[in-house]
Amino acid sequence: MLTIDNLHVSVDGKPILNGINLDVRAGEVHAIMGPNGSGKSTLSSVIAGNEAYEVTKGDIIYQNENIIELAPEERANKGIFLSFQYPVEIPGITVTNFIKTAINSNLRARNEKEMPANKMLKKIREKAELLEIDSRFLSRSLNEGFSGGEKKRNEIFQMAMLEPSLSILDETDSGLDIDALKVVANGVNKLKNKDNAVILITHYQRLLDYIVPDYVHVLHEGKIVKSGGKELAHELEEKGYDWIK
Amino acid sequence: MPLVDKLVSSFLAFELDIDIQSPVHNIRTNAIKSFEKLGFPNKKLEAWKYTSLNKVLKEDYTLFSKKKNVLDFNKVKDFFLDNTESYKLVFVDGFFDSFLSQTSHDKADVCIMSAALSKTKYASVIKKHFNKSIEKSDSLSQLNTAFSKEGAYVRIPKNIILEKPIEIIHFATGNESALMLQPRNLIVIDEGAQVEIVESHQSLTDNPIFTNSVSEIFVAKNAHLDYYKIQNDRLTSTLIDNTYISQQRDSNAKIHTFSFGGKLTRNNLNYYQKGSHINSTMKGITIIDDKQLVDHHTLVDHANPNCESHQDYKGIYSGSSTGVFNGKIVVDKIAQKTNAFQKNNNILLTDKSTINSKPQLEIFADDVKCSHGCTIGQLDQDAMFYLRARGIPKKEAEALLTYAFANNVLESVNISALKSKIKKIIANKLGVKLGFDL
Repeated sequence: MLTIDNLHVSVDGKPILNGINLDVRAGEVHAIMGPNGSGKSTLSSVIAGNEAYEVTKGDIIYQNENIIELAPEERANKGIFLSFQYPVEIPGITVTNFIKTAINSNLRARNEKEMPANKMLKKIREKAELLEIDSRFLSRSLNEGFSGGEKKRNEIFQMAMLEPSLSILDETDSGLDIDALKVVANGVNKLKNKDNAVILITHYQRLLDYIVPDYVHVLHEGKIVKSGGKELAHELEEKGYDWIK
Repeated sequence: MPLVDKLVSSFLAFELDIDIQSPVHNIRTNAIKSFEKLGFPNKKLEAWKYTSLNKVLKEDYTLFSKKKNVLDFNKVKDFFLDNTESYKLVFVDGFFDSFLSQTSHDKADVCIMSAALSKTKYASVIKKHFNKSIEKSDSLSQLNTAFSKEGAYVRIPKNIILEKPIEIIHFATGNESALMLQPRNLIVIDEGAQVEIVESHQSLTDNPIFTNSVSEIFVAKNAHLDYYKIQNDRLTSTLIDNTYISQQRDSNAKIHTFSFGGKLTRNNLNYYQKGSHINSTMKGITIIDDKQLVDHHTLVDHANPNCESHQDYKGIYSGSSTGVFNGKIVVDKIAQKTNAFQKNNNILLTDKSTINSKPQLEIFADDVKCSHGCTIGQLDQDAMFYLRARGIPKKEAEALLTYAFANNVLESVNISALKSKIKKIIANKLGVKLGFDL
């Protein structure tokens, strides 16, 4: 589904990623771990198409197509989803209206008909229930005044609505208490199937107790320095990141 | 012939058409003299530094439209509030249109200036208020006074709360190749009364229109005014809106100005606080493009203690458009405990767009709270990425953020049909079809 080949990325001329290689197949869950500043968030932003980062070398192949030149919305239209570490507050646009706009934008881009209102409503209700989101929450302005946990839950709600093929969850566990973490993880697990894939970006092993990865990669100074199975996460938890350097 | 000369010489012709015995006529005669002396404002004046009328004044305007045009309601119904019962004062090429209007004399007088200036039953109000709040050194106001004849006349008696809003619309049909219009409005809200007014100027063709409008508004003790100006005219129209508001103690006057259209729009909005515990609010959203110019000049004269003023103007500029915001706040030395706040936030979407923002605070009292803040920036790139990463195209994402930016000004619009109308105009203006009704 996704192949990252020798990816080099800079911001303002400063190299952040220095040759990333990664293969993600449909049905897999990959965890990318690493200390602060290792380039985890950069990697997720670059896959989603953030224009603030400059790809200096390498390719990102998604569903057999090089997407390096595509705009963020084009990548989203093709089924790439990024759950943001810091979701942006948008006053005056309700969660419901925002998700409607996003869904219909994607449908239009794929030359499909917009979703009828009743179908949309039903889907919103269903997915809100999955993530234990109160209906009052849906008529609030997007992320405005949301707690850290509410923001993250809202991100996964959007993921559930958009049904992406590739989901990148950037530090989705940060700012969540254990109950919220369970709800979010349960949501992600229910959405998981053999046709889609998930990349979890995380600093801590905690999330991986609830969303079990097939592969764990350790990022350090812009490079994947170690890859392994889910047991690697436990090893990191015990020994810390110094061991890997 | 230069427009100044043309105007001055037409005054004689104008006099043939009106009652020169009326006491108001002395005021007109003095006003034309003042205008002759002052001329049109030019860029040498500090208040007109960023806005030039040169091009506008070059057109050969017809000063008085000859023919009374009849408009078909179906053709202009979009300019009215949707599904809202209202009083309507409609003017076409400067003439009152009784078919499209809905006047009233029941609870309040919602009628026209030509009647108010000539009938004895209005004489005392006219004597007390007409031309009383005008800035004498303002040549455009003087010019309007000289030719004052028609416009809206509204008087809300003591403790009357007018439930239906009043819509004032000035249409220009393009009957003349270029037309100058000078509507004159007088709005008197007596003690404890309350009213909502929506005003717009709308040209129906691309023939040049130059409107020089004056509104005098008197808000008595404990009265409440909610006034909305919709400026969404064609690119061949110029509007100079001179609005003077005099407030008595414990009154509340709110003006929202939505500036989306027109070639050149100048708002001179002047508040005079004539008592204590007055609340004056000015809010505005400006969204312009191409070579449009919108200039907001506000003045709040805090002449009494314990009063407040709030200003919140948002501007979004693209193309090679120009915005001006000049907010003057004067706090007299007796005006202790004044709270005066001013905000002007701007987004420049293109390199060629400009905003000139200037707070002008003159504070002579020592126990006051005054603040002003001005920002100029671009749309937040993190927010843009967030929206686009959800599959929303760039243009729609820009529109959503623009809308979010202006949202707090829209929030305080109390007429729901007006709010959705403005949202529609904004979506249109930004050239997007959103997946929901803004």
